[in-house]
Amino acid sequence: MTASPPLQTVQGAGHDPAPAPRRRSLLRRQVIPGFTLSMGITLGWLSLIVLIPLAGLVIRASGLPLDRWITVLTDTRLLAALRLSFGGALIAALINGVLGLIVAWVLVRYPFPGRKLIDAMIDLPFALPTAVAGIALSALYAPNGWLGSLLTPLGIKVAFTPLGAVVAMVFIGLPFAVRTVQPVLEDIDVELEEAAACLGASRRQTFWMVQLPTIAPALATGVSLAFARAVGEYGSVIFIAGNLPRVSEIAPLLIVTRLEQYDYVGATAIATIMLAASFALLLVVNILQKWNRDRQGGTR
Amino acid sequence: MIFTTQQTALPTKTARPSLLSRRMLLVAGALACLAGGLSGPVSARAAEQKTLLNVSYDPTRELYQKLNTAFIPAYKDADLKINQSHGGSGKQARSVIDGLDADVVTLALAYDIDAIADTGLLAKDWQTRLPQNSSPYTSTIVFLVRKGNPAQIKDWPDLIKPGVQVITPNPKTSGGARWNHLAAYAYALQANGNDTAKAEDYLSKLYANVPVLDTGARGSTNTFAQRGIGDVLLAWENEAILSLKEFGDAFEIVVPSISILAEPPVAVVDKVVDRKGTRAAAEAYLKFLYTPEAQEIIAQNHYRPRDPAVAAKYAKNFPDVKLVTIDGAFGGWRKAQETHFADGGIFDRVSVKK
Amino acid sequence: MSKRSLREHSATRLSLVALTVAIILLFLLLPLAQVLQQAFAKGPAVFWQSLQGEDTIAAIRLTLLVAAISVPLNLVFGLAASWAITKFDFPGKSLLVSLIDLPFSVSPVISGLIYVLLFGAHGFFGPWLIEHDLKIIFAVPGIVLATVFVTFPFVARELIPLMEEQGREEEEAALVLGASGLRTFWSVTLPNVKWALLYGVLLCNARAMGEFGAVSVVSGHIRGLTNTMPLHVEILYNEYDFVGAFAVASVLALLALVTLGIKSAVEWWHRDELAATRRH
Repeated sequence: MTASPPLQTVQGAGHDPAPAPRRRSLLRRQVIPGFTLSMGITLGWLSLIVLIPLAGLVIRASGLPLDRWITVLTDTRLLAALRLSFGGALIAALINGVLGLIVAWVLVRYPFPGRKLIDAMIDLPFALPTAVAGIALSALYAPNGWLGSLLTPLGIKVAFTPLGAVVAMVFIGLPFAVRTVQPVLEDIDVELEEAAACLGASRRQTFWMVQLPTIAPALATGVSLAFARAVGEYGSVIFIAGNLPRVSEIAPLLIVTRLEQYDYVGATAIATIMLAASFALLLVVNILQKWNRDRQGGTR
Repeated sequence: MIFTTQQTALPTKTARPSLLSRRMLLVAGALACLAGGLSGPVSARAAEQKTLLNVSYDPTRELYQKLNTAFIPAYKDADLKINQSHGGSGKQARSVIDGLDADVVTLALAYDIDAIADTGLLAKDWQTRLPQNSSPYTSTIVFLVRKGNPAQIKDWPDLIKPGVQVITPNPKTSGGARWNHLAAYAYALQANGNDTAKAEDYLSKLYANVPVLDTGARGSTNTFAQRGIGDVLLAWENEAILSLKEFGDAFEIVVPSISILAEPPVAVVDKVVDRKGTRAAAEAYLKFLYTPEAQEIIAQNHYRPRDPAVAAKYAKNFPDVKLVTIDGAFGGWRKAQETHFADGGIFDRVSVKK
Repeated sequence: MSKRSLREHSATRLSLVALTVAIILLFLLLPLAQVLQQAFAKGPAVFWQSLQGEDTIAAIRLTLLVAAISVPLNLVFGLAASWAITKFDFPGKSLLVSLIDLPFSVSPVISGLIYVLLFGAHGFFGPWLIEHDLKIIFAVPGIVLATVFVTFPFVARELIPLMEEQGREEEEAALVLGASGLRTFWSVTLPNVKWALLYGVLLCNARAMGEFGAVSVVSGHIRGLTNTMPLHVEILYNEYDFVGAFAVASVLALLALVTLGIKSAVEWWHRDELAATRRH
């Protein structure tokens, strides 16, 4: 690949960090080397694994004539499914934001017996195949399950309702929220809190004014990733949602339905719609974060 | 604040080419791994030519495992190895279309093999190449109810009674569910003197009683048997018998007055066997399925055998039921698929909750 | 200074800990218990026996192989991407980050399909691959590709927020004081981000081993050859072998816990150093 020129940059910078390479003259004067190398790896790998394959998907979807696009986009059943996938994912992501913050906070700040064990459990939703998670969750929340038998008398139905889909989405997204906040919390400067406390801030004020703003970007990242993951989730949701058309049917299921009919173009069309929507949302979150960072001043 | 977290002494000025190359080595190693992965299966495949791949649908693993064990000595070629692949019937067909090297396909519906034939991988008239529509075994759709039949489900009309919960998978994603759907429709046509509007009405009421549409037959069985949802499960006969074995006495089978003859077909994939040079073995393999020895294994695995002698021997396991055929009642799979399961077809119309 | 003002009231602490334990119990532990209950439904002997199958062992081996290839690839990518994104200013940064996030938002149903559309018999490169007798999908490379795709953002996404938060001063200082770029990376950046890196690798690894949807599309489901553990779980489940299915699933859960155990061991190893960084 483009290995040798950036390496020279690295070594050159080691001897004399001051003169920034000319190509970055537009940017802030830069002492940190390795831009070409790291950017080269990033863009190369990104193109190879993500961009080219997804471009293939979009090209395939573009084979759909315009009038069929309109049919696809105005299909009330698809719209209902998209509403469940996106709405459910949003609710699940917000729940995950709150739960993730609490869990990460407790795991970082409070030593208590069994903390290591709980810390170890966090990644579980990733390791369990989604289908297993779906089966286990539906077993738990079905009217005859451990939790379902407690909830059913209260009139709460979880399994085989849209609520079940949200529960599955919370399950698969939780690690995102916890694991993105955790390292930042671990890194946070206790001095800052001490300073705030010295200046007479209450514990609550310190949290809202000092800590939360510091971890907010990471939290937002975690929530947006949990959201993105939940939108496309298939394996676990289909086992617990019930999959009734217009009630508890998720959009990825409609993609599978199209594929079962050997309708690749129809399937890629729905996929493209979902992809565009999720990408737009991710982009907005990332731009907002960057804007927020810039507003707070510079690189820090 | 800057250096407080830093334990390490500040680095010296010396550049470390060895470190550099080590990192490059890491990258190179990873790429080499990927390349190794690329070439691995190819050379492996070249070395052992005598392998058949049977691409089948979900519940046939045990059946074919036993059939394979019986076939290899019968074929008198100890070197032959038969690999199996199982999954949803439609998904398996797509894999073959997309390049999975199946020597033979043994799927749930002729429609899925038709889809493979459409791409030219095998002859369009594949279904006439072996006896009995290329289906060496059959099955049918029966009802599985809870022990003692508390909901009193005897036949199709009972399924649309108010308050009865019916469990069946989604016909759009499950081959088995398509048989369920068509069996119900066949009953409704017969009961209503071939009035399609009334038959559709029956299906609407039926799907209104469905609380969960799982994506596969096994999901439905699980919902019914383990989650305790529903009064009746529409299932393949072989699956229903398996459930009885698995879950003991909690359930019983009800055979309806009329059902559908489910014919899971088998076929040799011409393009693949000609490229791999495995045609003789593949054809012998499928012919073997029709021998009395194989038919016996088939009956023991709860599929209905085609061989009259074997069928007579196991008659008590397979109650008599009036069966319609897909060709007779629906004009073949392509037509049935088009009218019932395509977008805007009968299933789309009747499955929407009002 | 009194440490008291820094701490929450003990009642708050207690209730937060209780809440955390409840969340974990409800959302993570109960599903796991459900899996284990099914796995041991017929006793430990049956559980153990169901893990002995030739196909099961082949599935475990394949899963480990795939994880061993895809995790390092994404590790290198993650380090490069987070370095490029957090240590430099350039236009279109938000776009780049969003593109890195993209694989998370692609439904697993689709993430396998995209490789089929590229490398399948009717895909863009399909005919060329057939001509050269190269197999990508329905073989190990396809499984690796799909796994790399679904785990693509993990390491980068763990590192970026932290490195953003840490800023560039430390690296700049090291460089100004004469350290080489690589030396700076090894002895300034890497120690600063090692925990986030570890989390990223753990998540990446857990997901690489547990991925089902995408891999299921490109695997071909050939028993003993291209079945990974999650696919094997599905197949066992579909054969009514519930004990076998959940036994394999619990092994997957266990593997995730093992990696966490390694993390704890590493933490314990470096406990002095950790204490130093925490309490400065």
